[in-house]
Amino acid sequence: MRRLIRGGRIIDPSQGLDAQGSLLLDGTRVEAILEPGQAPPGETEVIEAEGLWVAPGLIDVHVHLRQPGHEYKEDIASGTRAAAAGGFTQVACMPNTSPVNDNASVSRFIMETAQAEGLVRVAVIAAATKNLEGRELNEYGELARLKVVGVSDDGHPIRPVGMLRRVMEYASTFGLKVIDHPEETSLTHGGQLNEGAVSTGLGLRGSPAAAEEIAVFRDIAVARLTGQPIHLAHISTAGAVELIRRAKAEGLPITAETAPHYFSLTEEAVLGYRTEAKMNPPLRTAEDVAAIKAGLKDGSLDCIATDHAPQSELEKETEFESAACGIIGLETSLALSLELVREGVLSPSRLIEVMSLNPARVLGLQGGGLKPGAVADVTLIDPEVEYVIDPETFLSKSRNTPFAGRRVQGRAVMTIVNGEVVWKI
Amino acid sequence: MDFRRRNILGLAELSPEEIGHILDVADSLQEISQREIKKVPTLRGKSVILLFVEPSTRTRVSFEMAAKRLSADTFAVSPSTSSMTKGESLIDTARNLQALKPDVIVIRHWASGAPHLISRYVEASVLNAGDGAHEHPSQALLDLLTVRQKKGRLKGLKLSIIGDLSHSRVARSNIIGFSRLGAEVTVFGPATLIPPRIEALGCRRAGRLEEALEGADVVMALRVQRERLGEAVLPSEREYATCFGLNRARLKLAQPDVLLMHPGPVNWGVELSPELAEAVESVILEQVTNGLAVRMALLLLVLAGSKGVIR
Repeated sequence: MRRLIRGGRIIDPSQGLDAQGSLLLDGTRVEAILEPGQAPPGETEVIEAEGLWVAPGLIDVHVHLRQPGHEYKEDIASGTRAAAAGGFTQVACMPNTSPVNDNASVSRFIMETAQAEGLVRVAVIAAATKNLEGRELNEYGELARLKVVGVSDDGHPIRPVGMLRRVMEYASTFGLKVIDHPEETSLTHGGQLNEGAVSTGLGLRGSPAAAEEIAVFRDIAVARLTGQPIHLAHISTAGAVELIRRAKAEGLPITAETAPHYFSLTEEAVLGYRTEAKMNPPLRTAEDVAAIKAGLKDGSLDCIATDHAPQSELEKETEFESAACGIIGLETSLALSLELVREGVLSPSRLIEVMSLNPARVLGLQGGGLKPGAVADVTLIDPEVEYVIDPETFLSKSRNTPFAGRRVQGRAVMTIVNGEVVWKI
Repeated sequence: MDFRRRNILGLAELSPEEIGHILDVADSLQEISQREIKKVPTLRGKSVILLFVEPSTRTRVSFEMAAKRLSADTFAVSPSTSSMTKGESLIDTARNLQALKPDVIVIRHWASGAPHLISRYVEASVLNAGDGAHEHPSQALLDLLTVRQKKGRLKGLKLSIIGDLSHSRVARSNIIGFSRLGAEVTVFGPATLIPPRIEALGCRRAGRLEEALEGADVVMALRVQRERLGEAVLPSEREYATCFGLNRARLKLAQPDVLLMHPGPVNWGVELSPELAEAVESVILEQVTNGLAVRMALLLLVLAGSKGVIR
């Protein structure tokens, strides 16, 4: 079936396009982009997009879908519904499931469940080392044959450094992307929030920015040593952005993501012991927030990813030191990121680049662009609609967000995956 | 003044006027403890739950006696006698206690922020009796009252706090309380035990022990917790005593009439030389008496407001 998405603002950085027009889909592929008013020959079903942005489907390279093992927090069905509602047509899921996804059986289970119950595409990231422990390599050859897209030790840095080197070398044999969580854990042991005046005032142990920066420096050095690419997860500090900026200027194959909370909130969000703002890496200072925005703007940071981390009340409504880290993000990411467009930090085209094109490139995924022949993964965005974030309306099973009650502007109104409308408002 | 606070979770949220008012009320309540019958009916029919998740003797007894002197009924809950040993969460405990409709819950907990957490789940007033490394407001208030009585003022006084500032809730509350009432607070300790940006609480950080002691009107030594020795923050008690411990010779740098305090219990021979025992013990009686008065004042103020204060 052919579908015409008519009269929207088509924003596709993969072809340098930001113009009014209509997008013609033929089944599961993009057929053409038409001038405003131009009508295609033959039968088409029309989707009106007047006043909307028509963008390649958003892609989130860092989510936790919690299946298998923690289905009370999220599962592939609920997580992909939350993704669709947030405008995402594809997500990459992290391996800290139970059991850990460090083998082909678990990867295959996730892929088959996503095929049967998922609403959007699910790319699978497997563990870099057995049980995320940094002692033994996993069977990357078999994982790559299954079309796993990358390896990561998820919430742990790949350690020790010698192991990171072997992981990067071995992964390159199979074209798997290595993703690292940059944290020098001997500096963050027991850390509950950013180290500084706020942690001291609350009487909680802090995690210093230096812990992230040392690890970023380490990862860059190993990328230089091996000549192999590495992707750095959830960058949160000004110093880390600067290290990445210099590494890129040197021509090293480094890519990096940040998350909406790192440019929307500071460490002060935890005042009053608000566990909904507890995460790792922790929320930082206003200077860090400014540096994250600058990094997204100048290309030091490649992607906005959510680190969607569903937690139930059982893990969150407790003493701060006992509370689990992480927040959900799939259903708030676009609205928070659009704040950067209204602030003039990002152009609409750059926003789509960091939320769709670059995520696709970083993990070698299909999607990310609307050139003829591309997969028909499309997100329609109303950039103007105003509303208040209400977690009760979320499709995720979890509610752990520090953004409840925040007045925002803009959201996805239709999500199309492989030519099918999987979600609309 | 018009005092309207349902909870006392920390001194950080109180204005200088509010802190001063609590001290004034505590002063006026001292007299009750001098009477032959040390009891007034002000809080008759009110119930106070003492939820001490972390063990404590002095603070718990002091709060309990304070409540009883005001004729409130008290109920002590400790982990060993409650469902918390069965893994009941703090929130479930709080909800169950709330169902009994107490008027006040006094809580001592190992986790910083635990009083904040339960205050969101109960209608009762919550009084923080010490939470993790965060605050211990009633201890700081009794220290403030003791110093005010001894020195006749707080404004302009020089207070030095020496020792493990990282893990001390008493130190945090005292830095905030003394600085808000106009004292100059200086801190010193091994750098491994000074939390980052401590100046933001309202103090100056000295570079050397001598500098911290110089001209001090009040010196407060903090307890060295033996378990810290295993965390690679201190090499040995012996070295602590040599480099950071207080003795008579070192105290000569302070004012001749320096007041030496310690939140207790003291590790004699570590943070304080035994030769200072008399100096420390000379204020303990007043601290205990003032502790009782301060806790009576807190109960009265959260339950009855300023109007309930009896003269």
